[in-house]
Amino acid sequence: MNSLPARAGVGLKADHFQRIVSDWPDIGFFEVHAENYLMAGGPHHHYLTRIRERYPLSIHGVGLSLGGEAPLDVDHLDRLKALLDRYQPESFSEHLAWSSHGGFFFNDLLPLPYTPVTLQRLCDHIEQTQTHLQRQILLENPATYVEFAASTMAETDFIQELLRRSGCALLLDLSNLHLSCINHQRDTAATLRALASCPVGEIHLAGFSETQDDAGAPLLLDSHDRPVAAEVWQLYRQALALLGPVATLLERDHELPPFDLLFEESQQAERLLRDLDRTELARSGSGR
Amino acid sequence: MNRSLLEALLDPTLPTPAGLRVWNGSDPAARFAIHRNHLRVSLTSALAQSYPVTRTLVGEPFFNAMVWQFIRQAPPRLPMLACHGAALPNFIDSFAPAATLPYLADVARLEWLRIEACHAADAVELPTASLTRQLQQPATLARLKITFQPSVRLLTSRHAVVSIWAAHQGRGDLRAVDPVLPESALILRPQLDVELIPLPLAAGDFIGRLLKGEPLGSALEAHLATTAGFDLTETLRLLIASRAIATLESD
Repeated sequence: MNSLPARAGVGLKADHFQRIVSDWPDIGFFEVHAENYLMAGGPHHHYLTRIRERYPLSIHGVGLSLGGEAPLDVDHLDRLKALLDRYQPESFSEHLAWSSHGGFFFNDLLPLPYTPVTLQRLCDHIEQTQTHLQRQILLENPATYVEFAASTMAETDFIQELLRRSGCALLLDLSNLHLSCINHQRDTAATLRALASCPVGEIHLAGFSETQDDAGAPLLLDSHDRPVAAEVWQLYRQALALLGPVATLLERDHELPPFDLLFEESQQAERLLRDLDRTELARSGSGR
Repeated sequence: MNRSLLEALLDPTLPTPAGLRVWNGSDPAARFAIHRNHLRVSLTSALAQSYPVTRTLVGEPFFNAMVWQFIRQAPPRLPMLACHGAALPNFIDSFAPAATLPYLADVARLEWLRIEACHAADAVELPTASLTRQLQQPATLARLKITFQPSVRLLTSRHAVVSIWAAHQGRGDLRAVDPVLPESALILRPQLDVELIPLPLAAGDFIGRLLKGEPLGSALEAHLATTAGFDLTETLRLLIASRAIATLESD
């Protein structure tokens, strides 16, 4: 299992390198996208090396295409292995999605039908990845906009079965959960209960934007370009009540604010985690 | 399934792939368009980050339309987006609407070489004193072969793209640049920042020979046969001062 501390972390962005190495803010951990650190040298590695010396680190892959029909790219697995060997992160995670086919990479997290066939393929790909990387990985639940007529399983059943068979753990992205429930009119509370029953190694929180589909129904976009919405904070409280304290990342990839604002936002999660710790301490104390 | 989805992502004139479903029965096309849009916007903006001056020279709408054609012709092959776009300068060479800016492709080449220099392996430690000593021994000088630091790149252009690029960094006046003058520059990253050092044309030609692995002696001989006005001492001094040299070995 991954060993990130049950604290709040933020995504590490090049714009904030200088600020972080001059002030060393009190943050639980940093997370980076693996694919931004696969070059041979340069400033990215310089700063990540320094930052990693002081903070727990999560490496989050966005390009392995675990859900693809194509065989996994072994060269890419090798690159990831070298990166993990170099930085020894507390956690490595990837997505329940696909992004490559026919030798091309499409820089998106594309959805897949939920069937016994896709389930088996994902299991095989996760097993191959965990063997290659010699570690358990976390798999993130997706944000989707369309479903497939071919699907024969509910997403939650698919994920539960996938984790059970492959032995990976869940990166519970609560924004994705919220988005997908709104976008497909699913029961949010039931979905949360189902996913919170899985082994969860990390939680993601992010902002989303809103539009409408052709029938005027709300359609939420996984835009990572604004603060976390009140609905997602509410879900977070519910998730913590079910799960106990879990490492929690505040994700922001676009419209990047000054570091202080991200830090402040992450402190909302940090406070909730601390409150939870205190409640648990009080509970175990009174039980003695 | 993957293939038909990808084809539809890259070509908005193709119909939305079959087999998609929406809970309220609405047209899946509107939802699939989110993926189409993401593909286009994210890949276009990655190239905009890699090619900021190229983009400024043609303006955002032209740049976006040009690189979208490029992306459809040459989608990324690797999941590292910073690696996508190496072939854009060659694409610009053959992109007819850009023909009125004959220097555009070389500006793009300069920007790509800067990216390569930025991500290249870090420089090995530099024993400047010993380099200088070796270069001051006329008896062995001709047989010396220079190995350059991993980030070192050479740009040579029939156009004044070094001046054009510099003017966009606030160095020099763009209106004073005569674009048809050839220019050359050394691009490298001694530490964290990529540097661009304008070179006299003759020095650029000479360094080009060294980068191909020619020993100093034969590079100089071939060079002197074709070029006038070349200052060897000054060029070697520049290579040392810019920390371009990794090692010197006797051939």
